[in-house]
Amino acid sequence: MKKRLRKVLLLGSGAIKIGEAGEFDYSGSQAIKALKEEGLEVVLVNPNIATIQTSEFLAERVYFLPVTPYFVGKIIEKEKPEAMMISFGGQTALNCGLAMWKQGLLEKHKVEVLGTPLQSVEITEDRGLFNRALAEAGLKTPHGIAVSSIEEGLRAAEKIGLPVMLRAAFALGGKGSSLCYKKDELEEKLRIALSESSQVLVEEYLEGWKEIEYEIIRDEVDNCLAICNMENIDPMGIHTGESIVVAPSQTLTNTEYHRLREIAFRAVRQLKIIGECNIQYALNPKNGDYRIIEINARLSRSSALASKATGYPLAFMAAKLMLGYTLPDLKNTVTRATTACFEPALDYVTVKIPRWDLKKFARVSRKIGSEMKSVGEVMAIGRSFEEALQKALRMLQVGMYGFVGNENYSFKNLEKELAHPTDERIFGIAEAFKKGWSVEKVAHLTKIDPWFLHRMRGLVEMEKQLRSLSLSSLPAELLLEAKRKGFSDKQIAIFTGATEQEVREKRKKLKIQPAVKQIDTLAAEYPAKTNYLYLTYCGSEDDVRFRPSKKKIMVLGSGPYSIGSSVEFDWCAVNTVLSLRQLGYKTIMVNYNPETVSTDYDMCDRLYFDELSLERVLDIYEKEKPAGVIISMGGQVPNNLALKLHLAGVRVLGTSPESIDRAEDRHKFSKLLDELSIDQPPWKEVTSLEEARKFCAEVGYPVIIRPSYVLSGAAMSLVFEESYLEQYLKRASLVSPEHPVVISKFIVGAKEIELEAVASRGKVVASAIIEHIENAGVHSGDATMVVPPQKLYLETIRRARLIGEKIARALKITGPFNLQLLARDNELKVIECNLRASRSLPFVSKVSRIPFIELAVRAMLGLPVSNSRSVFELNYVGVKAPQFSFSRLKGADPRLGVEMASTGEVACLGDDAHEALLKAMMAAGYRLPEKSILLSLGGEENKQKFIAAARDLARTGLTIYATEGTSKFLKRHGIESIRLFKIHQPRQPNLKNFLMEKKIAFLISIPHTGKRIEFDSDYRMRRLAIDLGIPVITNLQLAEAFVSALRAKKIGDLKVKSWSEYE
Amino acid sequence: MVGYVESITDPSYHGQILVQTYPLIGNYGVNPEDFESGRPWIKGYVVSEFTHRPSHHTSRKSVERWLEENRIPGLYGIDTRALVKRLRHYGVIPGLLVVSEKPLRLNPLIKEARTLPDPNAGNLVAEVSSPDIHIYNPEGRKKLVLIDCGVKRGIIRALVARGASVVRVPENFPPEKILAFNPQGLVISNGPGDPQQCRAVTTVQALLKENLPVLGICLGHQILALAAGARTYKLKFGHRSQNQPCLEEGTRRCYLTSQNHGYAVDTRTLPPEWSVWYTNANDGTNEGMRHKKKPVFSVQFHPEASPGPTDTEFIFDLFLEQLG
Repeated sequence: MKKRLRKVLLLGSGAIKIGEAGEFDYSGSQAIKALKEEGLEVVLVNPNIATIQTSEFLAERVYFLPVTPYFVGKIIEKEKPEAMMISFGGQTALNCGLAMWKQGLLEKHKVEVLGTPLQSVEITEDRGLFNRALAEAGLKTPHGIAVSSIEEGLRAAEKIGLPVMLRAAFALGGKGSSLCYKKDELEEKLRIALSESSQVLVEEYLEGWKEIEYEIIRDEVDNCLAICNMENIDPMGIHTGESIVVAPSQTLTNTEYHRLREIAFRAVRQLKIIGECNIQYALNPKNGDYRIIEINARLSRSSALASKATGYPLAFMAAKLMLGYTLPDLKNTVTRATTACFEPALDYVTVKIPRWDLKKFARVSRKIGSEMKSVGEVMAIGRSFEEALQKALRMLQVGMYGFVGNENYSFKNLEKELAHPTDERIFGIAEAFKKGWSVEKVAHLTKIDPWFLHRMRGLVEMEKQLRSLSLSSLPAELLLEAKRKGFSDKQIAIFTGATEQEVREKRKKLKIQPAVKQIDTLAAEYPAKTNYLYLTYCGSEDDVRFRPSKKKIMVLGSGPYSIGSSVEFDWCAVNTVLSLRQLGYKTIMVNYNPETVSTDYDMCDRLYFDELSLERVLDIYEKEKPAGVIISMGGQVPNNLALKLHLAGVRVLGTSPESIDRAEDRHKFSKLLDELSIDQPPWKEVTSLEEARKFCAEVGYPVIIRPSYVLSGAAMSLVFEESYLEQYLKRASLVSPEHPVVISKFIVGAKEIELEAVASRGKVVASAIIEHIENAGVHSGDATMVVPPQKLYLETIRRARLIGEKIARALKITGPFNLQLLARDNELKVIECNLRASRSLPFVSKVSRIPFIELAVRAMLGLPVSNSRSVFELNYVGVKAPQFSFSRLKGADPRLGVEMASTGEVACLGDDAHEALLKAMMAAGYRLPEKSILLSLGGEENKQKFIAAARDLARTGLTIYATEGTSKFLKRHGIESIRLFKIHQPRQPNLKNFLMEKKIAFLISIPHTGKRIEFDSDYRMRRLAIDLGIPVITNLQLAEAFVSALRAKKIGDLKVKSWSEYE
Repeated sequence: MVGYVESITDPSYHGQILVQTYPLIGNYGVNPEDFESGRPWIKGYVVSEFTHRPSHHTSRKSVERWLEENRIPGLYGIDTRALVKRLRHYGVIPGLLVVSEKPLRLNPLIKEARTLPDPNAGNLVAEVSSPDIHIYNPEGRKKLVLIDCGVKRGIIRALVARGASVVRVPENFPPEKILAFNPQGLVISNGPGDPQQCRAVTTVQALLKENLPVLGICLGHQILALAAGARTYKLKFGHRSQNQPCLEEGTRRCYLTSQNHGYAVDTRTLPPEWSVWYTNANDGTNEGMRHKKKPVFSVQFHPEASPGPTDTEFIFDLFLEQLG
């Protein structure tokens, strides 16, 4: 190491949001490991409490504080680090570092930013500078003109010619960028883009060009490597985060591959990159011409993917290079014998597919394009493209069996689907081939390279062939070929009219088994000691040996990140592995989410980067013969396998799968509660609309409807009136005897609390109570949570614990569980129980320092368990706040409901609840209002309830603007406000102008309770605020808590204390 | 993962069965412009999977058809990784490709494979070297003679691109005739097999006295080393990939190189007037040498790339600068 350093400050990425997900937990964790290996003291700032990087065992000190210049500045003053790293925390960290540099804060505090010079970072973030810098090096970028006003934009578009691409500078995940075909939409789109960024680039549109990416590392003596290249199957026009991506590239020749590689080196040399960067190209498929689209001078989602696709730990190496190491100084961490100065050779194919959750957002278009909307991704590894593709499609966990054999989609206009894609286009392609469309036609519509399409068509052909046979008449060669093309037993069963079990038996009898292969970075050229594994049918022998052992446990990971399943389950799974290792067990991890730490091969003894399906888990289980499988730490994906694995003879550790089933099955669970005399909202499972109507009339509206086969809030709906009940059930043809629907009475005005607990053989050994700020009706994943509870009666807490104990006993729970309850006065009703680790477990564990995971692991292993800590003895408060990504989801209404909408969360600590709440909300992107706030309270009830808060607000000294009704109401109660007209009212002063001119810094818009469809103008107001980056609160209780905190604390009162300082 | 056309047409692969580690071969078809010589040289081809329908604007035919036209047998559908692991363990081994309707009996075949003649025992270079003389870019500013031991077109392209006129001569071309062209420099090309079998060694020995700038590449590097008095030996594990890291002596630089060789120069036997130039960062074997006073140097790797990374193309610039 050349640099003499003692202490380094690392910036994290904060909450998970669209465009910035778990990959930064992975890169940050790797960086910390790399720094610690050098004996450096690492200080981390990251409010994302569910991350691994904020664990006690990694950084020396952790600050759960917003990654903003203000707080980072305060931390620097306190910690006095010599250096800072800003490239491991996504765009958030990069923007924070850049802002501090420009404000002169870095110079003031004498902090050096390691790695790529900030001048270069600025160039990569500024389109104009970027194009100029690359042109100087003789490199091509898209013809484009940087503009900073609408007029300039219109002129630029005219010069370049339509269609044009609009890109906002300084934005993550393509935010604010759009494609524009027509002149009349240009102005509006320019306005939106300019609201994201002061500078927008108007660019030539490279329709149909291939989109290629390279991951490059460079050290300070100018050694350069291209670690991985990737090809987007979806060509230009679809953001790479929205594209299906294959690594390595499949359709590039040697000449093209190496020319782009060479250009990448010229570009990074020009920009003096040190560490890692990602470079994106457009490549003309007709003549090989190219453009450099962008360079990200930091670790990115693509770099995490590349690390997992190649086995080369990019973030770890980048950190070392930033410290002054050269590449030949470093060793290949996979072979442990060869140098790190090499480019991985792959002998497999990887396919990445984004995971969308667009159905969860009302009013959001499902079209995909130049802006990122996906919330997660999966990566599959195979030795044929088809194998990897079909694996990946199953991995998405959206109910698909692979490329073919799916039922749950339909396309009204297939041609349109192919040409103007939604998140389901890939299945549209299958449909097109099924209809007999030619590869040429599909290629013309989709612009996808025929190479990929031929292979996809082959899968449709294979389906046809399989369908013409029965399982018994299926020849072994064809079965093997199907398996090599990635067909699952389930798919083959569907096509041949057999069961999955029968296919498995036949396959095993014929000795058609997958082979376990290593990801060794050198395509077997050198012996590798790697434990990074995958399974393939294009192989005849295993690379590793298996030793059955009683001291070997398999842990199932979380699968893809989606709304409701995020980094918290990765934290749970990783901590489970760590606990097991501490207890002397060998660990096997199964997961396939490239954004996770659990898929980092240095966390466990063996990593299987493969499917979390019954078939694949059994394959691995049968080979490895572990002592048992832990399914309760990875969220719902592994949990759903519990009973199936159990029935297939797998030893599932912890609570018995029958008990899990009793808790998961609404019917069985409600019956259990009745038996235990535990109160619950009235409920009924119905199989027809008639039945539903009758039940609702009986208990009264509102009710919550949830299709029973979908869990965890998916496709739930709150229904306020009969007409909507019919509409809802009919529209989705949701209710039928095969698909019963559970309807429960929705209790209005109740508090919601949660119990997090671990039990051992039916006895609760540790628990914590969480209080929600929002009343029931907001999905628990979207709720703001407080630990320890601040406003609960002792009796409520006692009763909640008693209920937890009763249920634990009845279900003989061993391991983690979570209970959700409604509390009104001291009456408690149970609404849900999960016999697995919950989303809030990392939050509760870190705030309370109760080692829930370790206790649960010990319990599952049958070891003695004890805990003496309690959340009620804490001298501080933790608040967890949801992170929404509404600004990324055009048209989404930011109001909250029973469907979860947040993409991530943060948590901060404070001496009291006010402090913790303000910090947490700031960390989730709410800027505190300094001058003004706009109030819009829907309905009389909300207005009445808000009076006290409004008075508080008036005392903060903020100028209060209010919509007409709200303003009148406030006046009646002696509170001054400035009346603004709503957007649909053609009168001045209108809130539209005030929002657009940024005269309003904060919006509190409480929708009318009990109204199903709200005034459109209120939606437009909220949406406009979101589009303009103005924070919005839509929940009454949260608004009250926020105002009360705002009154109690100023920003200067928020203490800058590390986690360890809270005792 | 790319570069199969270049490899198949590389004369250094003459007489060999080539196994590809990347499982999908033929994706972008075959473009004659990528040829490294006039024809495919391999004896057999083993891949995991062929692409029947290539996709690229430069593609003229599929690999499968191309090999068929050249009557080169191939094998697909096997676990190539398993095979590569064996090659890694045993080094290059004799192999048979057998076509049979009936189930095969393994033992007699193993015996037969063992009796195969060692391809390195013969003079492979003589088989691949063009018998005629050819002048590329006769108008070039600087005139070079290139001893063709199985030269890849990439080397000629790289020299011509830098303005050189290249006189390609056969491997057994006598030194006085080479000098008769009045060259400003000499290039010794790559080629297959054992350098000790090469007749060019004595030619180079004679020419070294002439104070001509010399560049040796791959086999040419080994020939130059032998001519200078060093020794070569057979590597247990040859270097056959596009990601071989080479350290430049006396610097902190490391370059990614493309390589295909089974023999190496023994660094310890370099005469005192020579210095080590490059060393393999993985196994420490010699990758290049330089004369301490004269403009004579050589590299074990392929600076012309094709296939592989183009990091070391500057070697050609260095050489041409020597020509005055």
